[in-house]
Formats: sequence, C-alpha cells, structure tokens
Amino acid sequence: MELLTPAIGLLFWMALVFGILVFFLKKFAWKPILSSLKEREDSIESALRLAEETRAEMAKLKSDNDKILAEARAERDKMIRDAKGITDKMIADAKEKAVAEGNKIISDAREAIQQEKTAMVAQIKKDMASFSIEIAEKVIRRELSDKKSQEALVSTLISEANLN
Amino acid sequence: MLRTITSKLLLILSLSVFSISFSFAQEGHEAHHESKEAAHEEEKFDIGQMIMHHISDSHEWEFAHGLVIPLPVILYTEANGLEIFSSSRFAEGNGVYNGYINNHEHIHRLNPQGGLDEEVHVWDFSITKNVASLLLSAVILILLMTTVAKSFNKNHGKAPKGIQSFVEPIIFFIRDEVVKPNIGAKYERYLPYLLTLFFFILINNLLGLIPGGANLTGNITITLFLAVVTFVITHINANKHYWLHLVKPEGVPTLMLPLMWVVEIAGVFMKPMSLTIRLFANITAGHIIILSLLGLIFIFKSFAVGGVVTLFTLFMNAIELLVAFLQAFIFTLLTSMYIGSAIEDSHEADHGH
Repeated sequence: MELLTPAIGLLFWMALVFGILVFFLKKFAWKPILSSLKEREDSIESALRLAEETRAEMAKLKSDNDKILAEARAERDKMIRDAKGITDKMIADAKEKAVAEGNKIISDAREAIQQEKTAMVAQIKKDMASFSIEIAEKVIRRELSDKKSQEALVSTLISEANLN
Repeated sequence: MLRTITSKLLLILSLSVFSISFSFAQEGHEAHHESKEAAHEEEKFDIGQMIMHHISDSHEWEFAHGLVIPLPVILYTEANGLEIFSSSRFAEGNGVYNGYINNHEHIHRLNPQGGLDEEVHVWDFSITKNVASLLLSAVILILLMTTVAKSFNKNHGKAPKGIQSFVEPIIFFIRDEVVKPNIGAKYERYLPYLLTLFFFILINNLLGLIPGGANLTGNITITLFLAVVTFVITHINANKHYWLHLVKPEGVPTLMLPLMWVVEIAGVFMKPMSLTIRLFANITAGHIIILSLLGLIFIFKSFAVGGVVTLFTLFMNAIELLVAFLQAFIFTLLTSMYIGSAIEDSHEADHGH
C-alpha cells in the first residue's frame, strides 16, 4: 500500500534536516538551556540549604538565648534571695544588738542608781550619825551645863534603881 | 480553587474556539475544493480518494483548490543527470513535463512512445509538501529554541519569562519525568537527542493539525527514520549485559535457548517497528477520522449532518491536540526506556520481561 512505502527523497531530506536539527539545537539551544537550568537548580538548592542552615542556627541561637535568659533569671532570683537573707540577718542582728545594748544600758543605769542609792544611804547614814552626834553633843553639853537637873536626874535614876 | 476552575474553563473555551476555527476552515476548504472539482470535472465525490489525497505527500502544497504553492521538483536519472524545475510545470503540462510524468505523485520517465518507461529509475529528491513542512518545522524549532536559549541567558538567575516559561516546564518534564528515571545516571548524554525528538514530533503533530498542513508525523518514512535512529543509538551504546541477555538469557534451560534467540531477536526489531507504526498510525488515523467526518457532509449534502459533523470534528480536533502531545511523549518515553535497558549495569533488565 502506498501509505506504507517509505519514500527515498523524503528519507534523504529527513536525515539531512533532522541531523542538522539535532546538531544545531544541541549546540545552540539544549546546551545553554540545560546548563542554565542546572545552574538555577544548583543555586536554588544551595539557597534552600543555606536557609535550612540559617534556620538551624537561628534555632540554636534562640535556645542559647533562652538558656542564657533562664540562667540570668535564676541568678537574679538567687541574688534577690541572698540579699533578702542578708538584710533579714542584718535586721535581726541589729535588733538583737539593740536589745542587748538597751539591756546593758538599763543594767548599767540600774547599777549606777544602786551605787548612787548606796552612796546616798551611806551619806545619809554618815550625815545622820554626825547630826546625831552633833545633836547629842549639844544636848549633852546643855544637859551637862545644868548641874541641878543632872543631879535630879541622877537621883531619879538612882531612886528608880532602888525600886528594882 | 475557583481560579483554577476558571482558568481551566478558559483553556477549554480557547481550545474549542481554536478547534472550531480549524474545522470551519477545513470545512470551507473541503466545500470549496469539492464544489469546484464537481463543477469542473463533473466527478462523483470519492471520499477515499479525497482522504488519501490529504494524508499523502504531494509535489505541490495545496491549501485550497486554486491556492497552491508550487514546490521545487528535484529529479535524478542516470541518463539525464540532475534536473530541477517547479512543480507548476506539471500543472501546466497536465502532469507531463520535459519527458517526466507525475503519475499520482510518483514521477516516471516517459518513453518515446508516450508510455511509462519502467526501465529508467527516477530518483525523486523533490521538495515535496512533507519536505517543505519538515523544513518549516526545523526553522520554527530553531527559532523557538534559540529564542528560549537567549532568554535563558538574559534572565540569568531570574524567573522565566515569555515563551521561556512555556518551554521550560516541558524541558523539565522530559528531563525529570521521562529521561532521568528511564536512563539513569548517564542521562545527560542522550538528553539533546531526546529533547529534539520530543519537540520535533510535537511541532510536526501540531503543524499537521493546521488545515492545509502536511501529514508529516503520519508519514511512515519519517516515523521509520526516527525509530531507526533510536535503534542505532540504543545498539551503539548497548553494554555487555544487553548483548549477553540476547544470547544467553538467565534462568532459561539450554534446550529452550534457540527458541529464546528467536524471541529475543524478534523483540529487538519489534521495538523500532512498534515505534514506527504507533506514531504513523495514530497521526494518520486521526487525520482520516476528521476527514471522514467532514466527507460525510459532501456525501449527505445536508445541513443537519453538517451541524452534527461540525460538533464531532470539534471533539476530534480536541482529541487530536491531546494525541499530538501524547504521541510525542510516548515516542520519547519508549526511546529512553529502550536506551535505558540497553545501558543498564545491573541484571534488572533480565527480570523486566
């Protein structure tokens, strides 16, 4: 059948044209196209890889930051706690010291008062004694100056003694 | 979602409009052609002849009756040497010129008595309709691909633009979905041939769908040539495993070997044969169906039939458009599979059958 018979002329032209086509397109079309496709793919791939790496780095940085932040927070808490402890201790110490001081002052004062009192009492005793002696001296001196009464007294006393 | 649906609808609509214009143009062409023929020659409409005329090669490019582009006729005979003249000389001389006769697109030498001279073999290297279409497709391909290559250089490292963004996904598809999985690591060596093959078949399939276009990929010479090129490339690059597999397939009893040889060798030649016939038959059949449908109009000479046939032709044109892409894809896919099986290192090929 006519349709199934290859034509020699067409075959010749086909071989020529197709050969030229393959050669020409290979050199001037496929080579630049495929190489730039490959280049683009490579650049996309490297960009993607870079993005992935950057993301990982960011995640690492973030976790580092978080860690540092947490550490700082813990440090701060500790410092506050320590400071509070120190303050409390200082206050307690001061209180204690004040109480002790007060007590000491009070006891000192008490002691001083006691001493003053004792000294006063001693002075009073001394004064009283001297007063008494003075009075007694004066009394005695007057009594003794009055001979009669002395004699009367003596006689009274003797009489009383006689009664006993 | 809505956008994709809208764009799909638009695509379908534009394809339909495209096909309508095709079928109308074709119809118009047919009508014009046939009515004139009828008027001039009072000939009965022969649908078989009409179809054969449209799908066969011709020495002139006839778009419509009267609208003919004459093409150069190049002949070589031992006695007369090389002779080049326009095909319009045949038209003027009622098929005879300078001792040659164009007998149904077969050129013969006339003997002095006026009959066909069977002794003299005429080598016909004419630029026929198919050759002209072949040259046209080559020019289109070269222009298209160099433009794309240029825009690749211009848009270096940028997103694709213009025609580049249409061709680029196809190149990607051929490379990543067709060639790479079938050929394997050494795919880059065969990629230029396979890309050329794909685009050559595609462009010529599409050119063949245009009314008045030549039926190039539906010509057995072209498909045979492509299949033979594939066959040669496959067998030049075939490795030890491939040949060994032909001579001594693994796991076959010695007694069965002669039978296996017959089967294997038949298989080797069956592959290019199937490639040849698949493309040829698909494209030719598509053309025959469309032409038969349109021929019905001139058989029944009825408006109702014309309307129905137009719808059918529209549908067929859409299918042919699909087939144009599909056949180019299949030819490329099978070629890469054949090359891949011939250069495969492992014994996987043995289990593939």
